[in-house]
Amino acid sequence: MDIYLPIAEVSLDVFVLLGLGAVVGFLSGVFGVGGGFLLTPLLIFIGVPPTVAVASSANQLVGASVSGVLAYWRRGVVDFKMGYVLLAGGLAGSLLGVWIFTLLKRLGQIELTISVGYVLLLGTLGGLMMIESIRTQLRLHRPGAQRRKLHYHNWMHGLPLKARFRRSKLYISALLPIALGFVIGIFSAILGIGGGFIMVPAMIYMLGMPTAVVPGTSLLQIIFVAANVTVLQAYTNRTVDAVLALVLLVGGVIGARIGSRFGTRLRGEQLRLLLALMVLAVAAKLAFDLTVSPADLYSVAPERE
Amino acid sequence: MSIRVGGSAVRPSRSGIPLPALMLILLWISPAHAEALVADLTNHLIAITTGFTGASVVLFGAIDRPGDVVVVVRGPDREMTVRRKTRIAGIWVNSQEVTFTSVPSFYFVASSRPLAEIVSPATAGLYGLGIESLQMKPWNTASPEVIDEFATALARTQQRAKLFPNSVSRVNFIGERLFRTTIEFPANVPTGTYLVEVFLIRERDVVSGQTTPLVVSKVGIDADVFGFAGRQPGLYGAIAVFAAMVAGWLASLPFRSA
Repeated sequence: MDIYLPIAEVSLDVFVLLGLGAVVGFLSGVFGVGGGFLLTPLLIFIGVPPTVAVASSANQLVGASVSGVLAYWRRGVVDFKMGYVLLAGGLAGSLLGVWIFTLLKRLGQIELTISVGYVLLLGTLGGLMMIESIRTQLRLHRPGAQRRKLHYHNWMHGLPLKARFRRSKLYISALLPIALGFVIGIFSAILGIGGGFIMVPAMIYMLGMPTAVVPGTSLLQIIFVAANVTVLQAYTNRTVDAVLALVLLVGGVIGARIGSRFGTRLRGEQLRLLLALMVLAVAAKLAFDLTVSPADLYSVAPERE
Repeated sequence: MSIRVGGSAVRPSRSGIPLPALMLILLWISPAHAEALVADLTNHLIAITTGFTGASVVLFGAIDRPGDVVVVVRGPDREMTVRRKTRIAGIWVNSQEVTFTSVPSFYFVASSRPLAEIVSPATAGLYGLGIESLQMKPWNTASPEVIDEFATALARTQQRAKLFPNSVSRVNFIGERLFRTTIEFPANVPTGTYLVEVFLIRERDVVSGQTTPLVVSKVGIDADVFGFAGRQPGLYGAIAVFAAMVAGWLASLPFRSA
């Protein structure tokens, strides 16, 4: 059954979209990541214009992170103060990101930027995850391996504007989370991702936050950054397809249910290796598409008055 | 020569009168009014709804005495940018661009005989008969060869999207005075007010013409969403966010009971 997406201006099979939402929801259930970084490329594969895919993914992300944060909040593992500080940087970053997006769209380079951005991001991420999981697999067989220090003192701890983050048991400069939020805000706007998969490692390794409060806090700020991106994209580029986002959310709910049940039955290390392989496969497909000779060297874009 | 603007009332004319009956009426009344050319469409509104897969509209009419008929359908003019990719470091990158103004978003042409046999190139150019005679003006100041290359690429892309025809369709005559042709609109047909022009040609010249509007419009919830997103983009974005938040909240509810 086809459904006409009013902003994307294409008809797509509603079951394909539900399935896509379910797959992404399943992944977030199993792996505990937002899945936005896979959603946008997959939408592009099935024929949604890249610009609409980016903006509608941000819209879908709002809903997905709301349900995530609520779940973590009930367990009391959300650092609201840290979330708001990250958010301050995130809002400024997404403002700049949407401006860059608009500029690139006018120059006719936005689709290339999205693709190249994803290849770099997914390639790096997939590669790092792969190395990490192989290393842990090896370490499991060497029980005498060294334990890492909890955190290191370096130049970052000399920055001004120190603030206390009780829930995270941290006393660090507020500039650090602001800068982190800012950078991820830019990515969020250009690539339609929540940035959870960059945010989570950065919070653990850069800020030194306890692992338990990381996902809930990261999702908290993603809600607002994604909401900001959605409104800005709708306002400046008119590329937010709310119908698409809602269909994806419905699929996502079903997928997340199955995913979280499935996730408890699999070994963590195997899961991470599986995710790494999947991420690398998407990156490889996007990279291949960039180098393959196009059927027609010319492309046509209507100008909106 | 007179161009008459007819069919001013834009309405979905789904009247119960079958087409052959309409044509009979036309045949009967046309000599009495001594009109050189009368034509109408079976439908003046193409409604794009959820699950729209394209539409076809029949144009029918009568002429007072034997001649040739050419039908041209033009969608609203758009400004279109054509970009050319070149390979830079192994990656295909958009490098050169030409923007054309007044490109018809949809174009269709039908003729009772091959165009070259019935009109001179000058007349075809004047009335925009045939793809070759479309006047697409470039914005950039590139050389004529480059402009030509980009214009060809534009026409090719539009043809692939079925928005420009690959060939001239046929206007079929039933006897010497009644004619009909079928206009096919693809699923991706652009919205707006279209102009359906019918030309009566005798001795290589246009002797009579008629213009009828045809509206292509999104209807239903999709149209409301699209229209609203265009008119109130900020509010639309806010509602999209709110809807997603409510959906996310609803999604998290059953987890509590579990």
